[in-house]
Amino acid sequence: MSGARTGDWVEDTAQAIHREAERIADKGGSAPRHARDPVNTAMINNWAEAIGDANPVYTDPEFAARSVHGELVAPPAMAQVWTMNGLHGERAADDPLGAMMTVLDDAGYTSVVATNSEQTYHRYLRPGEHVAATTELEGVVGPKRTALGEGFFVTTRTRWLVGDEVVAEMTFRVLKFRPAGSDNGGHGEAAGDRRPQAGPSGRIVDASERAAGVLRPVISVDTAFFWEGTKLGELRIQRWGETLRHPPGPVDPGGDLGIEPDYIVASGRGTVYSYVVHHNPPVPGKELPFVVALVELEEGVRVLGELIDADPGSVTIGMPVRAVFLAVDDELTLPAWEVAR
Amino acid sequence: MSDGTTPQATLPASAVEIGAALPELRIEVTPTFVISTALATRDFQDVHHDRDLARQRGSKDIFLNILTDTGLVQRFVTDWAGPEALVRSVNIKLGVPCYAYDTLTLTGRVADRIEAGGEQRIVVEICGTVSLGAHVTGTVQVALPEVES
Repeated sequence: MSGARTGDWVEDTAQAIHREAERIADKGGSAPRHARDPVNTAMINNWAEAIGDANPVYTDPEFAARSVHGELVAPPAMAQVWTMNGLHGERAADDPLGAMMTVLDDAGYTSVVATNSEQTYHRYLRPGEHVAATTELEGVVGPKRTALGEGFFVTTRTRWLVGDEVVAEMTFRVLKFRPAGSDNGGHGEAAGDRRPQAGPSGRIVDASERAAGVLRPVISVDTAFFWEGTKLGELRIQRWGETLRHPPGPVDPGGDLGIEPDYIVASGRGTVYSYVVHHNPPVPGKELPFVVALVELEEGVRVLGELIDADPGSVTIGMPVRAVFLAVDDELTLPAWEVAR
Repeated sequence: MSDGTTPQATLPASAVEIGAALPELRIEVTPTFVISTALATRDFQDVHHDRDLARQRGSKDIFLNILTDTGLVQRFVTDWAGPEALVRSVNIKLGVPCYAYDTLTLTGRVADRIEAGGEQRIVVEICGTVSLGAHVTGTVQVALPEVES
């Protein structure tokens, strides 16, 4: 699955991922797995110290004895801590989260970040109690475009048991994603040594640093040709018969369902039709303030983009500009404008 | 109580008013804080202690782990409610990451009183913000004594 990730690739992969998710969910809960250690005061003290929680019911035996608990208790929020796998621990073979992570790793979605945790505590735990956890896969949703990159949301349910008694429960969701800027799930370093090049509609510049973290467009079957073009320095404008249309859409603007679109490659020359100067709030991958210009191409359609390297005070309506292409990484090149010299 | 001390008395349920704001809690998120809380929660994922690897994985820096957020949110509520408040649930949703060198500011307010599990509970809404925006939002349910303990 290296090379270009086409719409078909994403769709086929998503279907395979959902099939695997169903298979894993159907297996139900994993066998209860015991925590490495029983609930203990050493780990509680370390946790309270790091979190900065001075609640004496966790750490002061005398206070705890006089309290509603009658003895020391563990912070409820430590429920999950007890059964973490640890530094060299391995997931149980039947752990559904581990199985789902492997499926997504193999598909190139190599990074993970937790997004939701809903914990219910049925009672407080006391030092000496030994909890076990069982987890089942609740569902997988995706692929979704997120600020971090394309990914899948994976939801699991975990129950913590002491003997047969359920003492705490959790619904947990993680985003398993391809880091923005990676081609096949590798590191975000691919665009590092790109040199300026000339394309048919304008020059291509390395923007891997200046636009790092920029919001990524949603690319659909209707717009994929446009984004393939920007990588080559081509500003591609959709054409339905004789009519140019931008942004590209799924049907003929004239309503003729019998024709298919193609595209032209614009010269990249145009004039500022309108613009705004964005001062606030901050936008990922942009340095404040920046200018967003609606440019009328000499071919007649208008295209939005950032007007780069321009003093906001010097921008005027009608100012001649030309296209420039900001290569963010191997997957994304953004069209932009610069003042024509 | 941002100085890490907790009052010895616990708020009685009758003293809690809906809409009341909790005292703000500010946490300076040093790399030491990120790493010590990650290890105290037994989370050894490299993004919580190794900046080079965190960057290779697309993050700006190491960042707080979710078990720590759960712990901080619980602490925030019991710092206010007192040591014998009984924490029944912590539900959180994460937004922007909380990177090392940022400041996490927790705010909250009493949102509701409910009857659940055969007891009266207070629902507290919380929000933790960092320089990039909302890092964590959620709710905590606590049961409080009827009279001051």
